[in-house]
Amino acid sequence: MHEEIYIAGLGGQGALSMGQLLALAATSENKEVSYVPFYGPEKRGGFANCGVIISDHPISSPIISEPSVLVVMNNLSLKNYEDSVILGGIIIVNSSMVNLGVKRSDVRVVSIQASEEAEHLGDVRVANSVILGALIELTEVVSVSAVEKSLEEVLPKRNLNMIPINFKALERGAELASNYKKAWSNLS
Amino acid sequence: MKGNDAIGEGAILAGCRHFFGYPITPQSEVTHYLAKRLPEVGGLFMQAESELASINLVFGAACAGARVMTASSGPGISLMQEGLSFLAGSELPCVLVNIMRGGPGLGNIGPSQADYFQATKGGGHGDYHTIVLAPNSVQEILDMMKKAFDMSDMYRMPVMVMADGIMGQMMEPVVINEEKSVEIPPRPWATIGRDYHENRNEINSLFVVLEEMEEVNLRLLHKYEEIHAKETLCEEYMLDDAEVALVAFGTVSRICRAVVDKAREQGIRAGLIRPITLWPFPHDVISRIAKSAQCFLAVEMNMGQMFEDVEIGAKGRAPVYHYGRLGGMVPLAKDILEELKKVSKRRGTGR
Repeated sequence: MHEEIYIAGLGGQGALSMGQLLALAATSENKEVSYVPFYGPEKRGGFANCGVIISDHPISSPIISEPSVLVVMNNLSLKNYEDSVILGGIIIVNSSMVNLGVKRSDVRVVSIQASEEAEHLGDVRVANSVILGALIELTEVVSVSAVEKSLEEVLPKRNLNMIPINFKALERGAELASNYKKAWSNLS
Repeated sequence: MKGNDAIGEGAILAGCRHFFGYPITPQSEVTHYLAKRLPEVGGLFMQAESELASINLVFGAACAGARVMTASSGPGISLMQEGLSFLAGSELPCVLVNIMRGGPGLGNIGPSQADYFQATKGGGHGDYHTIVLAPNSVQEILDMMKKAFDMSDMYRMPVMVMADGIMGQMMEPVVINEEKSVEIPPRPWATIGRDYHENRNEINSLFVVLEEMEEVNLRLLHKYEEIHAKETLCEEYMLDDAEVALVAFGTVSRICRAVVDKAREQGIRAGLIRPITLWPFPHDVISRIAKSAQCFLAVEMNMGQMFEDVEIGAKGRAPVYHYGRLGGMVPLAKDILEELKKVSKRRGTGR
């Protein structure tokens, strides 16, 4: 197993938190992992990206130039990084925020209305967890339970009451992604 | 663990109990971490009003014999240069951390390696050097802090740990090896009052008699020669039959290691030299490899600074090329590989 995951969005959307959760979960499962954030100086609304590599083998370069999984949370990120994804890779689109279509036909595209799903669960702030649930279902890089345990470390103390709703969001994301998974396995 | 947190924890494991600093991205987590951790272990954390104050507080604590450090990023390190020269001139031990960002000027908060010249060629005024260590993983950062403090004590001089913004911000799993007790060498020279010493100790970098100043300079020179001979550190990867030797440090050395593997898969005999000490620079390793390799490719996040040290080491025996990304940008593996293919066919020197 070797996945290079690039998550791109805007500050406040939870792109970095998703990456941290993945990294901590993978560490708890004794996998090789690296997490590198990139962000602008803005408190909110600037670009906020991160690259997470999870592997069974030692990681030489922590810098991702050709991701196997790309998560995009806004239009600009899709435009900027669509071409970098490897052949047959996965692009997960938060279609609540992205109205551009994916042009490439040699990658697998998963489209999730994460913000609406999150609002439906009761809090738009868990939109990133919906996406994360989908990502884990599709790639199986870490177990859901490892992510759930890591939530306590990543969430600030004042938000620990958000853990149950995050669990629900992870579950909902996995449910949505499993439809894609089934469709793909029927194709192949 | 985050790279910046590893700097803080590494310092504590090394017995450092005094920190003076001022936050600046991408270094801020060092101050944040130590503000919380130092009081827990009975240490002193002080956020100074500026970087000028930070370095002079370091100077004071070092005079009093403390294991002391500060940390900043390019703009703050520039402000500290006067103090650094005074620390070098007064032969005081301390550790500085520079988490480099895009420049010049205020620049940006992207990762960079553009402070290489400043760090390795002195930086402040006068004839002096600072030992410069360049880790390339979070584990190495954690382990290197102890080495930095030990070296600064052994040679009574400032040691800088220099990393780019990525090293500071990235997270990797680490193993913390807690030693039961840290031995900090005695400091009979410290200025802590006549109650503790028979003779009056004096720490000074002012020598108005020219001959005396030259004597101090000669003592420093001999010290630097000894360090060059004993402390130069370098990692070599796949160099035995390499035709093109990449040279890179810090984050870029990680990317280059992946490039070497990729190149080998495609039948190109590439290797990697990773200087771990940037000063003293492993000129001897470069000289040795210059006999067997066809050329060098220095890859850096700057216009070609370490490149000049590679040229000194190569002594004209093999051409040295340079590939760099600037202003906070990171070179990508595929672009380095392209450049590697290009230079493997080129002859003559240039950037």
